[in-house]
Amino acid sequence: MSTVTTNSATVAHAVEQDHHEPQSFWRTYIFSEDHKTIAKQYLISGIFWSIIGIGMSVVFRLQLGFPGMKLEFLRPILGSWINETGKLDPNFYLALVTMHGTIMVFFVLTAGLSGTFSNFLIPLQIGARDMASGFLNMLSYWFFFLASVIMFSSIFIETGPAAGGWVIYPPLSALPQAHKGSELGMTLWLISMALFIVSQLLGGINYITTVINLRTRGMSFSKLPLTIWAFLLTAILGLISFPVLLSAALLLIFDRSFGTSFYLSEIYIKGEALPNVGGSPILFQHLFWFLGHPEVYIVLLPALGMTSEIIATNSRKPIFGYRAMIASMMGIAFLAFIVWAHHMFVTGMNPFLGSIFMFLTLIIAVPSAVKAFNYITTLWRGNIRFTPAMLFSIGLVSFFISGGLTGIILGNSALDIQLHDTYFVVAHFHLVMGAASAFGLLAGVYHWFPKMFGKLMDEKLGYIHFWLTFIGIYLVFFPMHYIGIAGFPRRYYAFTSYDFTKNIFADMNSFISLAAIFTFTAQWIFIYNFVNSLIRGKKSPQNPWKSNTLEWTAPINPGHGNWPGEIPAVYRWPYDYSKPGAKDDFIPQNVPYSQTPESNLPHENELIGLEKEIEAQNLNDQFSQPH
Amino acid sequence: MSEVISEISVIEEPQETLSMNPRKFILWLFIVSIIMLFAAMTSAYLVRRAEGNWLEYDIPSIFTYSSVVLVLSSITMHWAYIAAKKDKFGTLKTAITITFVLGVIFLYMQFQGWIDLVNQNVFFVGNPAGSFMYIFTGLHGFHLISGLVVLLVALIACFRLRIHAKSLNQIEIAVAYWHFLDILWLYLFFFLVYFH
Ligand code: HEM
Ligand SMILES: [Cu+2]
Repeated sequence: MSTVTTNSATVAHAVEQDHHEPQSFWRTYIFSEDHKTIAKQYLISGIFWSIIGIGMSVVFRLQLGFPGMKLEFLRPILGSWINETGKLDPNFYLALVTMHGTIMVFFVLTAGLSGTFSNFLIPLQIGARDMASGFLNMLSYWFFFLASVIMFSSIFIETGPAAGGWVIYPPLSALPQAHKGSELGMTLWLISMALFIVSQLLGGINYITTVINLRTRGMSFSKLPLTIWAFLLTAILGLISFPVLLSAALLLIFDRSFGTSFYLSEIYIKGEALPNVGGSPILFQHLFWFLGHPEVYIVLLPALGMTSEIIATNSRKPIFGYRAMIASMMGIAFLAFIVWAHHMFVTGMNPFLGSIFMFLTLIIAVPSAVKAFNYITTLWRGNIRFTPAMLFSIGLVSFFISGGLTGIILGNSALDIQLHDTYFVVAHFHLVMGAASAFGLLAGVYHWFPKMFGKLMDEKLGYIHFWLTFIGIYLVFFPMHYIGIAGFPRRYYAFTSYDFTKNIFADMNSFISLAAIFTFTAQWIFIYNFVNSLIRGKKSPQNPWKSNTLEWTAPINPGHGNWPGEIPAVYRWPYDYSKPGAKDDFIPQNVPYSQTPESNLPHENELIGLEKEIEAQNLNDQFSQPH
Repeated sequence: MSEVISEISVIEEPQETLSMNPRKFILWLFIVSIIMLFAAMTSAYLVRRAEGNWLEYDIPSIFTYSSVVLVLSSITMHWAYIAAKKDKFGTLKTAITITFVLGVIFLYMQFQGWIDLVNQNVFFVGNPAGSFMYIFTGLHGFHLISGLVVLLVALIACFRLRIHAKSLNQIEIAVAYWHFLDILWLYLFFFLVYFH
């Protein structure tokens, strides 16, 4: 075996020198087909979008916390969206809310999160040279880039960006004459999202193909890290649900621009009847939420997968219930497709149908609870190392639980009739989806920064960033539950002119806004830490967290092809931490059982015989050699 | 030097046995996404139809004939595949060309179907019953055009002798995609006939 390894390593080097053609700057950094570069492109784009998206939320929180506040100082940025009296234009308020939702859900937590970490980790953790198709992968990023450019430019047009909410319900979104936010901005939104969907499909198809076909020798499905399981299931969810959104958007485009009546019926504008008859706006909601609900799990599952990995590594314990974790992710993924109508309890749905969807919805609490318990039992009596990534992962568990609880409340159709479209819903999904996934993203950056850039991030700043963000998020979203229970509807410009909201909760709303500004400000610590570590960070060792997964066996700065010689084979699952009898408290996946007789369990000794077989398997290597 | 190296690596590194060729796998996933696109459309059709206020009209008979043409093209496509397996390059090129021509004829007949619809006063703009008809045929036609492009690429590959008994991946992908487009149309057609 050893001679073979050395030989092919020399071969690899010789070949490398043989046709060593340095790639141009453009091919290396811009139109790159290397999964690591594409991952970084997604990460940078995601950070850019999150600054814009969160910044927008601060602006509308100013309006909500301090109604009618003079926002003159924003005029240099927002121009005529600050009206003559110095207030925020109500149309623009709606546009801000819509853009915030779209940007955060799709551009940050879908593209920024999956795009970065699926791309970066799939080949490195399964032992592949790259994605199945580097070209499609590159195409995926550039479709996303184009979608981004169009969405971004829509912010600056005269009538403003789309303003019908991130769910773009017709008829509001189908009739350009309905309001300002339904004019050119809405058209650009649809074009941008169509491109975005293409990008997600190209990316997802690649992820699935890579995970299934390009695993290294010995990497059976029962040895895959939970990160990869999560990315795989996420991609499958996307593959099945994004085309449905495309259908919905397509029909909406025809309604808007060609005069069809899929979603429109008997509408009067200024006393005049429109010609459209026979359409159904509820149809759109069905199509939208058939994507929309899986989408919330597309956002959350990668975060759950990454934090499983981080929590096991930093508790120095095997993940509790590896198979249960996989099963519950599969359960969640399956249920995600049959619960969409819980977003539509108040559309006049047949109450019997409503109770079926209520029942299915509440079942999701079971796999969710399994996951929460497994996290906690993994932490239980672990030898915990509180790295910033670990803190953010624990923060995710906290948000997942507190936000999931309100999901059970909302899942009851009787309660939802009161709570639908109030700030209670806003609190629910910001905790369980927004904050939890954002923490997964941040945990991922802190944990894999050394692998991405070969440098370490500053831990102290990481701790400060964590505590300020963690406290800040609860200060923002916890009070929102009360405001929601009091009946405050979401997407309202101001609450000062309605009897039921006039004189109450004004101070709480101001408090939330202050907390939001506080939390937003704290994120600059992260940005500073990121940039500063990139330039001045300490050089990272090869395996800074003493982790078991394959990416840490690659060089500190992996080149094109990831491993200079042969790709390591895999002999064990990724969670052999603190194994009794073992020399170290971790045994990487590529260490064969024959080398660890002191810690093997009886059935593992039997597996030694299989090692020859694993080694004899073919390399399963797209390029056979790195290039 | 490099020859020696390639020899060594041939000896030392066993053949790839991927569970499936990644490109074919990508094709199948791509097909899944197309299926979902049309599944969404046809369910939208059913949901909308259940609400009443539905325009009844005759499905142009030319769609029946066009279905026959498309099925024929699937047969000629399969003929191409068999020819490729037996390294009969002349037959291979002829068969792909015939498939391509049949595909174009199919598209033309679909277009003729639209004209028939208009003559029946069923327009794209109007009752969704009619709009859906145009959407189904139009979207399928759009995908069929992409199928024609795939055929063209395969034909060029034939002329460059890239398709032969030992290198069947490309033709297999083209064949699978073409059969899928055929089955997709038959599904849409029977769906429209049945839920009318
Ligand atoms: C125990 C599990 C959960 C249950 C039972 C549940 C239930 C619900 C229900 C019934 C609604 C509709 C509320 C309304 O609009 O009136 C809702 C909204 C929402 N949920 Fe959950 N949820 C759960 C977990 C999650 C998770 C894990 C996520 C995301 C990762 C999530 C994200 C959302 C979002 C984004 C919305 C609001 C969408 C909008 O109207 O803009 N939920 N949830
Ligand atoms: Cu949902």
